[in-house]
Amino acid sequence: MNIIIVGCGKVGQKLAELLNDEKDHNITVVDTRYSVVQDLINQYDIMGVVGSAMNVETMQDAGIDDADILIAVTGSDELNMLTCLMAKKLGKCRTIARVRKPDYMRTVDLIKDELSLAMVINPERAAASVIARLLRFPSAIQIDTFAKGRIEILKFKIGEYSVLNNFKVQDIVAKLGCDVLVCGVERGNDTFIPGGNFVLRGGDLVSIVASINAEAAFFKKIGIKNNRVKDTMIIGGGEIAYYLAQKLADTGIDVKIIEKNPKKCEELCQLLPKATIINGDGTDNRLLLEEGLENAESFVSLTNMDEENILLSLYAKSKTNGKVITKINRIAYDKVIDNLDLGATIYPKNITAENIIRFVRAKKNSIGNSIETMHFILDGKAEALEFRITENSPISNVPIGELNIKENILIACINRGGKIIMPRGNDIIRTGDSVIIVALRAGVADIGDILK
Amino acid sequence: MNYKTIRYVLSWVLKIEAFCMILPLICAIVYKEHNIWIWLFTIAMCFFSGVLLCKKPPQNKTIYAKDGFVAVALSWIVLSIFGAFPLFFTGSVPSFINALFETVSGFTTTGASVIADLDALPKSIIFWRSFTHWIGGMGVLVFLVALLPLTGSGNFFLIKAESPGPAVSKLVPRVKTTAKILYIIYIGLTVLQVILLLCGGMKLFDAITLTFGTAGTGGFGISNAGFSVYSSYCQIVITVFMIIFGIDFSIYHLIIMRKFRTAFKSDEVRTYLGIILASVVIICFNCRHLYTSLFDTVKHSAFQVASIITTTGYTTVDFNLWPELSKSLLVLLMFFGACAGSTGGGIKISRVMIMFKSIIKEVRILAHPKSTLKIKMNGRAVEHETVRAVNVFMMAYILIFAMSMLVISLDNLDFTTNFTAVAATINNVGPGLGAVGPMANFSVYSPLSLFVLICDMLIGRLEIFPLLLLVSPYTWKK
Repeated sequence: MNIIIVGCGKVGQKLAELLNDEKDHNITVVDTRYSVVQDLINQYDIMGVVGSAMNVETMQDAGIDDADILIAVTGSDELNMLTCLMAKKLGKCRTIARVRKPDYMRTVDLIKDELSLAMVINPERAAASVIARLLRFPSAIQIDTFAKGRIEILKFKIGEYSVLNNFKVQDIVAKLGCDVLVCGVERGNDTFIPGGNFVLRGGDLVSIVASINAEAAFFKKIGIKNNRVKDTMIIGGGEIAYYLAQKLADTGIDVKIIEKNPKKCEELCQLLPKATIINGDGTDNRLLLEEGLENAESFVSLTNMDEENILLSLYAKSKTNGKVITKINRIAYDKVIDNLDLGATIYPKNITAENIIRFVRAKKNSIGNSIETMHFILDGKAEALEFRITENSPISNVPIGELNIKENILIACINRGGKIIMPRGNDIIRTGDSVIIVALRAGVADIGDILK
Repeated sequence: MNYKTIRYVLSWVLKIEAFCMILPLICAIVYKEHNIWIWLFTIAMCFFSGVLLCKKPPQNKTIYAKDGFVAVALSWIVLSIFGAFPLFFTGSVPSFINALFETVSGFTTTGASVIADLDALPKSIIFWRSFTHWIGGMGVLVFLVALLPLTGSGNFFLIKAESPGPAVSKLVPRVKTTAKILYIIYIGLTVLQVILLLCGGMKLFDAITLTFGTAGTGGFGISNAGFSVYSSYCQIVITVFMIIFGIDFSIYHLIIMRKFRTAFKSDEVRTYLGIILASVVIICFNCRHLYTSLFDTVKHSAFQVASIITTTGYTTVDFNLWPELSKSLLVLLMFFGACAGSTGGGIKISRVMIMFKSIIKEVRILAHPKSTLKIKMNGRAVEHETVRAVNVFMMAYILIFAMSMLVISLDNLDFTTNFTAVAATINNVGPGLGAVGPMANFSVYSPLSLFVLICDMLIGRLEIFPLLLLVSPYTWKK
């Protein structure tokens, strides 16, 4: 597919990287800054055009005439929307715009219709919903939902004294009697899709697939407390904090936001009547203690400084047993950050890129077996994909045990009209089911791709 | 430095060269020559050297600018050395350095020769010499990128280092597709020229070898008789195709994509055609007394101008005998060269334009010291980086030119010969003036001078920096 990415900021670069890895797209990036474009075309196999997206000639150089998708992710909402509008006039492409201002988001549906946007992505709101999900399930490091929220892939860490230390994967069903499936294990730098004889150890990061109910039962059995938090302390009153507070207020979680800027505090106070807004410096540890950090059930650092967020979270970890979540914008040293034992980390740019990629994949597969949902799991090394099975699918009506599936690919779950089936060898996939596939290799675009 | 990937690239270059040598082998079989075994042996040697160099593809195929440039420079050296073996083994040339000169001259599309008696050569060797022009014209790495599963990032550096011009850009987002499009255009134009020449009654062997020379803007002759044996029609076809191969290939892509307006707006191509037209008019006027008819005058001057500006180096007449103005003009055209992104050599029209515009800009700034000015090409401002690169290129070019002249003057030939010998090799033209004129050859030089000229040809073809990087200590420091 021909894809044009307008704006080569953090998200634009991440998108270029991920889409380039998919191998079958022709990508063109557009930005006004020469050096940024030059950097990107040296790094990836893509084309770059320097110029303003509002310039018709620039867009024609970028190939708007036969583009399939245009993604506008510049720093300015207005420019993004205008670019999409113009792209629509110049070509026949689908358009995706990043819109982040809360004011615009409120009228987003109207804007969407007027500009005939295929998708509006708000990185802050997307990040906020991921954080909100984690706060509802504090034992998890990462949660991704499938089948309209009925199935989840949930990542958690096995403690040294956990029941699961030295536990065989096949015994989870046999001994614990829980209907969950381990779909991935991260141990140090290695990532596995484990077989039945795989032995779990303390310190492993385990990803499981399960229905919501089975999940709750499983955590009870292995002795992990898994109630949703009752209150949360948020440092930094930016847009993510606003969206997060809004979401949490609806579910009855007490929200406390600490923000330095008095003007912003007043704004938040008006917008979020249920939340407690504290005007103060979040890096002042006396203030944090005074506001009850030691008893807080969760702590979210959302300031604009990555370093500050990391330090704040480390401090919070030392003071409270609650869930700690850290937002990281810029820093690319994921592995080093993981070693810090920060708990859950949120990368808004990755979340945005993931959402857009999902759209692109789904677009590509609009004929045939379409991807319903896609998430990157196991630290980005694997993908979990949900497919809807259409008639004549190569994997339907055959017992799963007899399918000749490629290595490192797992059929993780079947959803048959709301009934969740953990697939065993003699289960049969039928037309109309949706199936969740976990694959270590990137690039599964069609359900047929999983067969050898 | 990613040595494994460089070795992988080199091994494929050798395998492709072995594959390319199958064509002259067929030629040798067709003409029932005695050197079939020599060809078979060279092909086997090329292929197995390639196989031995790298047994399995490397895991990490990511290459950076430095690796790309080094890989390209080494590829061309390896390509030339192995390409010289057939000439040496068949005894066509007396020494290996002469064979190497001949081959480098072929691959770099120079067309300067050390062989006096072409009719004494086997047909297969004549074919191979011309075929090296065709391979070198578009570039062997471009071919490699079009075919190989070199999926790691940084492939673009390979094409960048090999393609001529101040700012190389892609035609389409994927490097692989870009390389394929370039080769499809190249092959298409080549086939078209062969057909047109055959229509003019030329023999198939002549048509193919001369087309190879034109397409790569090379210019090796194929017989002692030269061009005088061919009809005016064939000479005109070759003139037109020389000009066509001197135009930026992205223009043809634009035309295929039916973007005619953008294609015709190219400043570089307009200037290129303008220079050709102006030069033809001046030379016609200057040489009007030499030929009997106006048609002949125009035909010969157009052929010579096209041949020199595209750095092909074919000759229909001995321009050594022309008046001084015409000779000087031809030498000037040698330096201008063809368009960037074509198969031609020289400094390239776009670089000359940027330099010329820099001078105008400087003058205007002196008149209005506070004015803000930008150099523009095709209605768009040229990046400062590009202008800087052009300036540095020019400085390096002049320096290398001067050094080469100094070394080859050891042979004690006259100034015109030395000056045009270096100009003809570094610009990949072929014939110079004086003792290296169109009817003479480069065998007058000593092995040392030939070696210097070999380096000049490679430097000219790869546009200086890949080779400088190869010998720079910074590249090899850990």
